[in-house]
Amino acid sequence: MSEYLVDIKNERLSFFTPAGEVKALNDVSIHLKEGEVLGIVGESGSGKSVTAYSLMGLTAYPGKLIGGSLYFNGHQVDQMTDKEMRKIRGNEISIIFQDPMTSLNPVYTIGNQIMEAILLHTDKSKEQARERAKELLELVGINEPDKRLKQYPHELSGGMRQRVMIAIALACEPKLLIADEPTTALDVTIQAQILELMMDLKKKLGMAIIMITHDLGVVASMCDRIAVMYAGKVIEYGTADDIFYNPKHQYTKGLIRSIPRIDAKEHERLIPIEGTPVDMLNPPKGCPFAPRCEECMKICLREMPPVTDLGDVHYTQCWLIQKEEMEKGAAK
Amino acid sequence: MLKYIAKRIGLAVVTVWAVATLTFFLMNMVPGGPFLSEKAISPQATAALEAKYGLDKPLFQQYLTYIGGAVQGDFGDSLKQRGRTVTEIILMKFPVSARVGGISVLVALTLGIPLGCIAALKRGKFLDSLISVVATCGIAVPSFVICTVLLYTFGAKLKLLPTVGLTSWKNYIMPVMALSFYPTAYIMRLMRSSMLDVLGQDYMRTAKAKGVSGFVSLFKHALRNAILPVVTYVGPMLAYTVTGSFVVEKIFTIPGLGGEFIGAINGRDYTLIMGTTIFLATLIIVMNVVVDIVYKIVDPRIKLK
Ligand SMILES: Nc1ncnc2c1ncn2[C@@H]1O[C@H](COP(=O)(O)OP(=O)(O)OP(=O)(O)O)[C@@H](O)[C@H]1O
Ligand code: SF4
Ligand SMILES: [Mg+2]
Repeated sequence: MSEYLVDIKNERLSFFTPAGEVKALNDVSIHLKEGEVLGIVGESGSGKSVTAYSLMGLTAYPGKLIGGSLYFNGHQVDQMTDKEMRKIRGNEISIIFQDPMTSLNPVYTIGNQIMEAILLHTDKSKEQARERAKELLELVGINEPDKRLKQYPHELSGGMRQRVMIAIALACEPKLLIADEPTTALDVTIQAQILELMMDLKKKLGMAIIMITHDLGVVASMCDRIAVMYAGKVIEYGTADDIFYNPKHQYTKGLIRSIPRIDAKEHERLIPIEGTPVDMLNPPKGCPFAPRCEECMKICLREMPPVTDLGDVHYTQCWLIQKEEMEKGAAK
Repeated sequence: MLKYIAKRIGLAVVTVWAVATLTFFLMNMVPGGPFLSEKAISPQATAALEAKYGLDKPLFQQYLTYIGGAVQGDFGDSLKQRGRTVTEIILMKFPVSARVGGISVLVALTLGIPLGCIAALKRGKFLDSLISVVATCGIAVPSFVICTVLLYTFGAKLKLLPTVGLTSWKNYIMPVMALSFYPTAYIMRLMRSSMLDVLGQDYMRTAKAKGVSGFVSLFKHALRNAILPVVTYVGPMLAYTVTGSFVVEKIFTIPGLGGEFIGAINGRDYTLIMGTTIFLATLIIVMNVVVDIVYKIVDPRIKLK
């Protein structure tokens, strides 16, 4: 058995669309220990959601895993039948989605939707499940749980609905909670509250969290590890300190430059990364970031950069770094 | 809820009154009269008959007399079917129509909803294409054409089904087919597109992420959302079935209210026209209120105002 709770090895996943094969994930490896928080950062379309969904067996049609293996808590997820997967989903792994306004079924009460998960995975009676649902609502900071249980999603605000989603996700005390941009659709003040709540719950319940975001600033303080994704690859991986204080890949550096800083002076502008994301239908042969990279060399266009290990966990995929490391090695 | 129902009843009374008034005056603008076609009757006798039923009075006075009676539940005697009140005729004929129409509505719902769902689930496959072709035909072909084709093939050529009357269950097959073809096709299409829409919704993904099985997520989470447009269509479908029954009952010689209504129009049986119109208008309005209440039960977001 693996020492990791989540161990994704060399995952390749493509969407076979009428327009051609969209190579959404190209050799993604990610691992996470029990109780750790992993941040997955990257711009839109880089494959963050696809990675997370595939771990839950929720890959959307016409997506297909074409290589690699995915382990969760000792199960090899990619070899499991749908029936086996159903026992894990909502029980051992839960997920909260980006848009709480549309993620709850409009025609059932909050109580019904929370209790559904409890009744599905435990032997609790309806009465016990209702009690548990009430407990969960209190846990996620919703007052008057008795009243809320009988309400419908449209009667609740966005922040409240996301709290309900979290309550559903936590119903069976999962070992892993995946949060797919859980605050993007919410107001800034509510965003902070939800993130605080999640960190609070993590302390109380001790589950591992995969926090997906395109905003590095959001996850900075809460992640043990960070994976930076670009064009279906993890182009840099490391502890939060590695990524923030010792970023290596040009894309990571760009991301960090574009974080708004509280101590920034008036005239200091954010520096967005220039250029457009890659066309995943026709990915380039070499480094996918090459067209946008200021340090781009000839070899970058020709060949995919190899993985360069920079420490226990820290690694990146960049020719520039590979060259630097080799020169360092040669100098010794 | 009670306030809502009271409001709807008030509105219904006004609507029925407007329909009655409009029908009354339009009907009287059409040339001809109830006693003109009966050649055997002398002008004196005609005049006497008209005097008996008050048809010699000024139109507006006739109108007031009629409405006055109708308000008290008196819809008068039929002008052509001597000795029968309009109420009697409606009570006798309506159950026949209700049975044919009701069966058609049930057929449309029980076929249309599952077939639409299947088409959505098998999107792009052969079954979906087949259902789509049938649905398009059902929507494009008018019901009198369907009647004629049915009569010709099953009645005249194959001699499988009776073409006249309503004496056995076999008699129901063709009229019900003719009457339910369009709504079935329409519901199929409606259900297919709304099911496709629902299947792509975020809450379906949430259900799956909870560990809900495909079966439960289809029947619990998808169906109740996807069926909403069909519920809204039930009102118009009832109106369609009522008007459709006029033609279908005439073609298959079914002794129902639809055929009676056509007969009344042709014979200028003023009281029967009025009575039937008021009755059908009321029926459609009441059914629409029922549909609205059902909609409210299925979709908690709807506020009845
Ligand atoms: N159902 C699908 N059909 C075809 N391609 C898809 C599908 N779902 C995702 N993809 C492709 O997979 C790639 C990765 O998508 P993914 O949703 O993981 O991006 P993301 O990093 O989560 O972005 P975002 O920040 O917008 O959520 C994209 O290029 C997208 O085009
Ligand atoms: S491999 Fe080359 S192009 Fe890619 S990020 Fe590194 S330096 Fe830039
Ligand atoms: Mg995403």
